[in-house]
Amino acid sequence: MLIGRVIGEVVATHKHASHEGRKVLVVQPLNLDGSDRGDAVLALDAVDAGVGDRILLATDGWAASSATGRPQSPIDMAVIGFIDQIDVLPGVL
Amino acid sequence: MFLGRVIGCVWATAKNPSLEGLRFLLVQPVTPELKKTGKRLVCADSTGAGAGELVYWVRGREAGMPFLPKQVPADATIVGIVDEVQVKRPC
Repeated sequence: MLIGRVIGEVVATHKHASHEGRKVLVVQPLNLDGSDRGDAVLALDAVDAGVGDRILLATDGWAASSATGRPQSPIDMAVIGFIDQIDVLPGVL
Repeated sequence: MFLGRVIGCVWATAKNPSLEGLRFLLVQPVTPELKKTGKRLVCADSTGAGAGELVYWVRGREAGMPFLPKQVPADATIVGIVDEVQVKRPC
């Protein structure tokens, strides 16, 4: 799982049926210091997240499709939680 | 899932029988700002996407799921055609 921030949403009329009724969010994975970690990805929403939220991102197919309640579906990433706080040991950052 | 732009088509006449009937498209991954990023790849298509279209694709084991109950050994598949990307990065 990765830490990320929701930075947008994708509108797609024509998509796989298992993605209907869920938001396709644009998520920017983050490093612990808050900087961008690589390119933004798309993830199906499992918790009703919105733009600006700091979230937990599942990056495995089984985790993502179970979290969205759609097993056996072409879903490889999902937003599965909101992050309130991250505690890091001193000296790690 | 990842954003990408369809930049071509791949034809493979002789292939694994389980891949019969599938379309293979060349995809250039792009950022939400639609800039090119990363290396191009070949994706199976489950949407009927065409050249030049903005799409999103899945990778890994789940790439075979759109074709169930057929077991298709694809590791990257286009699953949606994108109409619009709305992005608001924090300042």
